[in-house]
Amino acid sequence: MFDTLTSRFETVFSRLRGRGRLSVEDVDAALSEIRVALLEADVNLDVVTGLTGRIRQRAVGEELSRALNPAQQVVKVVLSELTTSLGGERLTITYASKPPTVVLLAGLQGSGKTTNAAKLAQWLLRQGRSPLLVGADLQRPAAVEQLRTLGERAGVPVFSHRRGPVKAASASLAEATRTGRDVVIVDTAGRLAIDAEMMDQVRRISKAVRPHYTFLVVDATAGQDAVNSARTFHDTLALDGVILTKLDGDARGGAALSVKEVVGRPIAFASVGEKLEDFEPFHPDRLASRILGMGDVETLIDKAESAFEAEQATETASRLLEGTFTFDDFLTTMQQVLGMGNLRSLIGMMPGVPRELRGAEVDEGRIGRITGMIHSMTPQERAEPDIIDASRRQRIAAGSGCRPSDVKALVDQFKQMRSAMKGLGGLGGKRMAASRARSSKQAGRSGGRASASKRRGTGGRTTPKGPVPVSKTPLTLPGLEKGEWPGLN
Amino acid sequence: MTLEIIVGLVALAAVLVVAAVVVLRRRQPPAPGVVDGAAAAGEAADRVVGRLADRAAGAAGGPAPSLRDRLSKARAVLSGPLTALERTSVSQEAWTEVTEALIRADVGLATSSEIVEAARARVGSVGGDPTAAKAALQTELRERLGGFDRSLARRSDGESPSVWLFVGVNGTGKTTTIGKLAKREADAGSGVVLAAGDTFRAAAADQLAMWAERSSVHIVRGSAGADPASVVYDAVESAAARGADLVLADTAGRFHTEHNLMAELQKVRRVADKGSGVVTETLLVLDATTGQNGLAQAREFADAVDVTGVVLTKLDGSAKGGIVVAVQAELGVPVKLVGVGEGIADLVPFDTSEFVEALFA
Repeated sequence: MFDTLTSRFETVFSRLRGRGRLSVEDVDAALSEIRVALLEADVNLDVVTGLTGRIRQRAVGEELSRALNPAQQVVKVVLSELTTSLGGERLTITYASKPPTVVLLAGLQGSGKTTNAAKLAQWLLRQGRSPLLVGADLQRPAAVEQLRTLGERAGVPVFSHRRGPVKAASASLAEATRTGRDVVIVDTAGRLAIDAEMMDQVRRISKAVRPHYTFLVVDATAGQDAVNSARTFHDTLALDGVILTKLDGDARGGAALSVKEVVGRPIAFASVGEKLEDFEPFHPDRLASRILGMGDVETLIDKAESAFEAEQATETASRLLEGTFTFDDFLTTMQQVLGMGNLRSLIGMMPGVPRELRGAEVDEGRIGRITGMIHSMTPQERAEPDIIDASRRQRIAAGSGCRPSDVKALVDQFKQMRSAMKGLGGLGGKRMAASRARSSKQAGRSGGRASASKRRGTGGRTTPKGPVPVSKTPLTLPGLEKGEWPGLN
Repeated sequence: MTLEIIVGLVALAAVLVVAAVVVLRRRQPPAPGVVDGAAAAGEAADRVVGRLADRAAGAAGGPAPSLRDRLSKARAVLSGPLTALERTSVSQEAWTEVTEALIRADVGLATSSEIVEAARARVGSVGGDPTAAKAALQTELRERLGGFDRSLARRSDGESPSVWLFVGVNGTGKTTTIGKLAKREADAGSGVVLAAGDTFRAAAADQLAMWAERSSVHIVRGSAGADPASVVYDAVESAAARGADLVLADTAGRFHTEHNLMAELQKVRRVADKGSGVVTETLLVLDATTGQNGLAQAREFADAVDVTGVVLTKLDGSAKGGIVVAVQAELGVPVKLVGVGEGIADLVPFDTSEFVEALFA
């Protein structure tokens, strides 16, 4: 999975690197790799052909003559072409002057219509609207019950009607007017595009409610066939936009590109998690780099956000940059990182990770051994790894059932990382120090006591956290600004 | 060596993540109005028997639909290129066309190229005759897909109950598959108990309960948010007490990338084996519309819970489900069942020859 585009690009571009200009042959060599990557990301074959054609034109054209580094230039062209293809016109919802504004959701079975109807409702609620959810899926057992439960969670009323989906949808408009709801979201049953009877039913629903917006719900894991079903839905319903779901897995989501290309309507929203609030306007740039397998930093951040306590993260980061990072901090952070999910998929989302690491088989059992070694250290050793000599190593090794050489490797790596981070933090560290002075009063109030009470049992934190300030200035790693990654600028 | 890599790697992950969190937190204050943690599952929307009563009634009596009929649409994709094969001598273009047809069927680039290469090698020994090429391609596909035991296993010790566990990502059709299978097994004379192990998705248990009612089998369910392992355990014990032969255990849809949810699934698998029952099948439910991510799903699920078979659903649409070729080749896990429609009888055994022939007819 991960030896796909990123490493292929590395191979192609290492050949390109060092040459001043890109020849047509160079571009074509790169393009065949791009083609492979797009196909592996489930972009439709015909769409791939169109895209690579456009990329070729742009890369061999005028832009190339100004290229300083050919490899970077090609990546940039590819990324920008994908971003343009995915983005383009943005969909902004304008609400009907005479409410309710009607939104219709349609799609294949299991693409996520019901869940996303509720997510959309909650999003609208946050925009200050008062939505009404309409259950017009009377096919799937308990679909309306599911919508009711979700509606309750979102704090949005749910309307349905036993007399059939068309009746439910049309009666909902009067219900909305009666109860003063200004947006109506109609959830329809999942259907196959080739099922004429069911496609006719959704056409009748659409006719009855005359939706202002019709969204196709598309699953990010969809394959080559996504174009065919999208085309039929578009022909039947005249779509206004797409909702892309299941971006929380590791699917590249190339189907979105195919659908966008075929339907020509914007991807309006993306569903990025299981919670109702994991729903946001679509970011073409994020998906473009994801499709190319170049890391999806934004999604990584989202995942991190749910796994980390903000305060704690700030604290850990500042200690890291100051070089006062202890084994205890390491342990905590490691546990949190593991909580974010499969380590290999996390690594896959990071840009600029060396090839060897990308392919490395991460044996999580070994992480258990690292944990064991750290637990076998004394508090002092955890805070100051420099004091670990041969005899201490022996003891730690015995305590954790490892070889002394393993302990040495761990300690050496840790120290290396710590000093590397301290160096990296240079500027940030200074900024942190300055802000520490500013906010030490505030932090002093809560810091010390809290850490004392946290001490419990064996294996827990043993080094004091100390009065660590909560920085007010934005903390960034130099050169690692959002959207700005080495080698990709 | 590996140890060092891991340390470096975890450190790297930690650093990046921590920095990223801080950056983001500062730039964007968290959105207000957060809902409780146990929010909705990705829809998982196991779709179902539509025109229920009439269709089910009609289908139950008649013979099971042939896979071949259902795959007629898939033919169209390959028939064009194959006609080209027959017409001309086996040119490079014809082979490219066949490769592309396989790609369009979601077989995947690597697997498609491999199959075509192997077919070419076969033809090489036979000669350049187009009919031989077509035969070689068929044989190649059949060989890749064939040779597996596709029966659904029961306990060999003569005791009961046997447990069949259904796993997969969200929205592939786990609940629906169980519903159809419950009917089939009950009709065949088995005592069936359903375990509503999806305690996460809203109304998933209600959905399964409707299926239980339809095929008059017993269902054991927990409250919303209950521990799925305990629900499955209770179902197994209940089946043992009633002398039922078979427990069909549903689980919540989960992405193979979610570490904690996969650990939860492992627990369900362990606990299902603990009491009076034995897990004899762990079936991965894959959606035929799934693209290349299907392989990653299969890999991770196989790794976590030792998958014994695949159920390929939604094969009645225009999607071809070609990813199972790669899944079977890489993981050695055979497709055992195929979902080909919304009716209660639209679940048929996978048949290699039929599958391949339907592709080439």
